[in-house]
Amino acid sequence: MTTGQIWTIGLFALFSGVTLAVTVRAGRGGGGAADFYAGGRGYGRTQNGLALTGDYLSAASFLGIAGTIALNGYDGLLYSVGFLAAWLLVLPLSQLVRNTGRFTMADIPGFRMRRARVRLACAVSTVTVSVCYLLAQMVGAGALVTLMLGFDQGESLLGMDAAAARTAAIVTVGVLMIAYVMYGGMRAATWLQIVKALLLLAGTALMAAAVLAVFGFDVSGLLGAAAEASGKGRAFLEPGLRFGQDVPGDPVRTIVNKLDLLSLGLGLVLGTAALPHILVRFYTVPDSRTARGSVNRAIALVGGFYLMTLVLGFGAAALVGPERIAAQDPSGNTAVPQLARELGTILAGPVGGSIMLAFVCAVALVTILAVIASLTLASSSSLAHDFFGHVLMRGRPKESQEVGVARFSAALIGALAILLAVFAQDLNVAFLVGLAFATAAAANLPVIVLSMFWSRFNGRGVEAGVYGGLLSSLLLVTLSPVMSGKVGASGENLSLLPAWIDIQVFPLENPGLVSIPIGFACAVVGALSSPERNSVRYRELQVRSLTGTGAH
Amino acid sequence: MGSDPRFVKLRKRFIRQFAVLAVLFLGLYLGYIFLTAFARDFMAVRVAGSINVALILGVLQFASTFLLAWGYGRCAARGLDPLAAELRIEKAEESAARHGRVVRP
Repeated sequence: MTTGQIWTIGLFALFSGVTLAVTVRAGRGGGGAADFYAGGRGYGRTQNGLALTGDYLSAASFLGIAGTIALNGYDGLLYSVGFLAAWLLVLPLSQLVRNTGRFTMADIPGFRMRRARVRLACAVSTVTVSVCYLLAQMVGAGALVTLMLGFDQGESLLGMDAAAARTAAIVTVGVLMIAYVMYGGMRAATWLQIVKALLLLAGTALMAAAVLAVFGFDVSGLLGAAAEASGKGRAFLEPGLRFGQDVPGDPVRTIVNKLDLLSLGLGLVLGTAALPHILVRFYTVPDSRTARGSVNRAIALVGGFYLMTLVLGFGAAALVGPERIAAQDPSGNTAVPQLARELGTILAGPVGGSIMLAFVCAVALVTILAVIASLTLASSSSLAHDFFGHVLMRGRPKESQEVGVARFSAALIGALAILLAVFAQDLNVAFLVGLAFATAAAANLPVIVLSMFWSRFNGRGVEAGVYGGLLSSLLLVTLSPVMSGKVGASGENLSLLPAWIDIQVFPLENPGLVSIPIGFACAVVGALSSPERNSVRYRELQVRSLTGTGAH
Repeated sequence: MGSDPRFVKLRKRFIRQFAVLAVLFLGLYLGYIFLTAFARDFMAVRVAGSINVALILGVLQFASTFLLAWGYGRCAARGLDPLAAELRIEKAEESAARHGRVVRP
């Protein structure tokens, strides 16, 4: 084992030990449903704001966005702007969600429409969206570990080669996560997120300050150096290197590229408000004011974080250079760790370099661990509360029974995710994250918004909206250039499927522009096609969602 | 309670605030994305050193998000919360009186 590996593993063990200790200290609460699903509903707005930040800033944010900026310059900024602006839609919805629901997303339509089929539809979409996101994180963890522990340079760890170490990393992170969730439910997930958010913000701030210090706090100088090192000159700081490329002499291709950019923007901005693991966070605070306050704090923290990743991305381009980054990982996921090593070396020599690298790797692993714990919790809550409690037991399970099922489903989903991640190690991480956002926006958002604001909405509308949105997103992605038929400049295959399969019909890589309107249209048409009305319950929902009367 | 004029007022206010926020933020965000997609020459204009219009508009998106979030939080705390609390407490007292209990403060 090299010193760097020892530091990384040691720091990761330290961080997970600290979170475990905090979790055990926070206790399991009474072991009732409100404790397991909602952490006892006693968190303050700063605590929940930090936890929301932790939930939201996955490894894709920490490593992916900075990496995209380091390789593509300005276009990487579009991700952070979209991911942040999305919170303005969450802000007004948060107070309504807090007052209306109890434990899961399905509680919102379920308040108006007391039907098992509504619960089933919501459980299906919650689990689908969460598992997509979960897979992305676990595959990412495996890939990062191999890169970070230096296997690309032919090193080995305790006699394991790169593939074995990758599997070991996925299994370790997965088993730890199952242990957290089964033991402490939402309390464990919340404290894990709070600790992780603080670590992540501190680590990022430290690195951003170091980058700025290296350039004498001259932002223009940093940008100029990044543009020069990129080899692309001024174009590096202008739109168009990655998204919405102009293709000279091919106006159709150019328009398709621009529509793809709009589609990505729409998916980013509308997906966040419909992510199940973000929605369940609002049940952990005592009232709607606190829920809104926690979103305001999350906006400040997430925004600050993205501004700092901007510095990290351009800093990595300037100090490490796109060639060395792309040589390590073509999609740029290792730009931040490489920057950390560079900064550490500048500040304190080679030893400083390996310590900084180890610190960043350990933070990234804790980040991944925390996000997958929340995702597992969101989907096991939905399986237990919606599927077991309302579909199988027709809304009359014993509370202790339901919580037992929730712990069991956490283990089940965790094991499933470990298994899938081990076998799907070559899937593209960005593809899975994008799919999760687009699916959430198309399948969940229409149901949430129409349940809150449309008097004529009903059970068939929920089913049509969820299944229509879900199927249209999955179908459009299957028929898109991501799956097949995308050929690079020199004729290489850039799609997931082998080159001889070409089922590409849909030209956009991001389905949002089409699938979100389809989701809304299905929900509206489905509702109008059924005579079912629920005006009395809708009036109750309005009173409860706005005033908090009768809220749990 | 659904027909109480104060509740109708609360509901109207919420919808108005939500609509204003949604129009402002979607307008600003989509405007920015449209400029990024279609106004490449404008976005490439240099302002100071290496800093160009695109980078300034990008950072302004952060600023406008912070500002809108703060503004919405303030409006909601002033216009919605007191009215909602008044209605909630009244309802709780009403149902407590019906069941012959004393309301806990």
